[in-house]
Amino acid sequence: MIQFLVHEKEDTVGVATVDIKAGETAKGLFMDSQESVEMKALKDIPLGHKIALKGAKAGDTVIKYGQDIGKVVAEYKAGDHVHIHNLKTKRW
Amino acid sequence: MEIPKFMGYRRENGRVGVRNHVIILPLDDLSNASSEAVGNNIKGTMALPHPYGRLQFGEDLELFFRTLIGTGANPNVAAVVVIGIEPEWTNRIVEGIAKTGKPVEGFSIERYGDLKTIEMASRKAKEYVHWASEIQRTECTCDELYVSTKCGESDTTSGLASNPTVGNVFDKLNEMGATTCFGETSEIMGAEHVCKERAATPEVGEAFMKTFNAYNDIILQFKTDDLSGSQPTKGNIRGGLTTIEEKAFGNLQKIGKKGKYVGVLKPAEAPTGKGLWFMDTSSAAAEAVTLWAASGAVVHLFPTGQGNIVGNPIVPVIKLSANPLTCETMSEHIDLDVSAILRGEMTLDEAGDRLIELMVRTCNGRFTATEALGHREFVLTKLYISA
Repeated sequence: MIQFLVHEKEDTVGVATVDIKAGETAKGLFMDSQESVEMKALKDIPLGHKIALKGAKAGDTVIKYGQDIGKVVAEYKAGDHVHIHNLKTKRW
Repeated sequence: MEIPKFMGYRRENGRVGVRNHVIILPLDDLSNASSEAVGNNIKGTMALPHPYGRLQFGEDLELFFRTLIGTGANPNVAAVVVIGIEPEWTNRIVEGIAKTGKPVEGFSIERYGDLKTIEMASRKAKEYVHWASEIQRTECTCDELYVSTKCGESDTTSGLASNPTVGNVFDKLNEMGATTCFGETSEIMGAEHVCKERAATPEVGEAFMKTFNAYNDIILQFKTDDLSGSQPTKGNIRGGLTTIEEKAFGNLQKIGKKGKYVGVLKPAEAPTGKGLWFMDTSSAAAEAVTLWAASGAVVHLFPTGQGNIVGNPIVPVIKLSANPLTCETMSEHIDLDVSAILRGEMTLDEAGDRLIELMVRTCNGRFTATEALGHREFVLTKLYISA
């Protein structure tokens, strides 16, 4: 069963399609290439929330839809929950 | 490609509608009471009360007239009774709607009072209902439709599945030769460079950027700190959306992969030809859908993540969602559940075909969830303070 989807190959985050529990090795799918990917979740990732596919440091750019969706404001590891606590818009 | 057929209402000006409303349209806030009284007296009519229409001026007044005239002129409306406090602006609305050739008559309250006005307007409304209720549906094709879209209470499932489902339908409708429209100027923030590239010509792309920048200037003028308290919304954030850029790329999935917009419309302005159009609108659901209805759209496709329940008095609003929680806990609001896409059990193309099938049934007369539940949000966009 698919637990997360990734829009495009270059994306650095995936989106949980079910609630993923911390410690689970979640199965994912790239929507463009239909390739499979696995990621061990470090935190609970609720349905619809983002899971990090790569670690990132403050100042890094997060890519989704193959596009820049904002800057990292707190370091995180692959498998972490990516949301308002570690990602912020570059607009304001 | 075979163009689906449906049974619709071909109006006096050749435009095709999918509903047959007789509406009682107040010019202004003062005329809401008599309009609602007529709507109550005569079954089969619907009053559209609203809070504006007094002492507006300049561009805001132009938008006000365009919205009211456009609402009456919409092909989903068979006939209109207009009630205003004084005759001059009332007649301006009547004359605007009359250009479509449909029956319309205005009544003004000064020199008569509410009670005499209600009686005269009720008699006219009754005449219109008898007439409209005998109009038969005739065979129409989907290329004759004008379909608008906006999303609401979006979350990441919107960007993954329900918005691209609408995008798939928009690609198919544009190929059929229908008229389609998207907007939400504010929610393209973060993806405006990509949106500019989707214009049919560089000139149209520049027109889009001009509209977008004008909106941005307003934000810079009025913002206190930043917009992060309201964009993304609390519902967006609960659903997993983090930044306005992320929301914008998800939003743009609705215009499909192929379509290039052929023009930029002012709020409530009618498209002048077929194909995909951009309209300058707020992203507040009821305001935006009201503007599209006033521009002549006869069906609206509304994908939602966390469950926006907006409707419109004259346009059926078709709700779809890919969020399984929303589809389960708010099932009475969702016309099409596309959560199977997230489970890998349905492709976007299949979901698009399902949505077209449901849209055709809706055009044939099937009530949407919003219609069955009585969601008739009629919300005028006001640009600035009145005189």
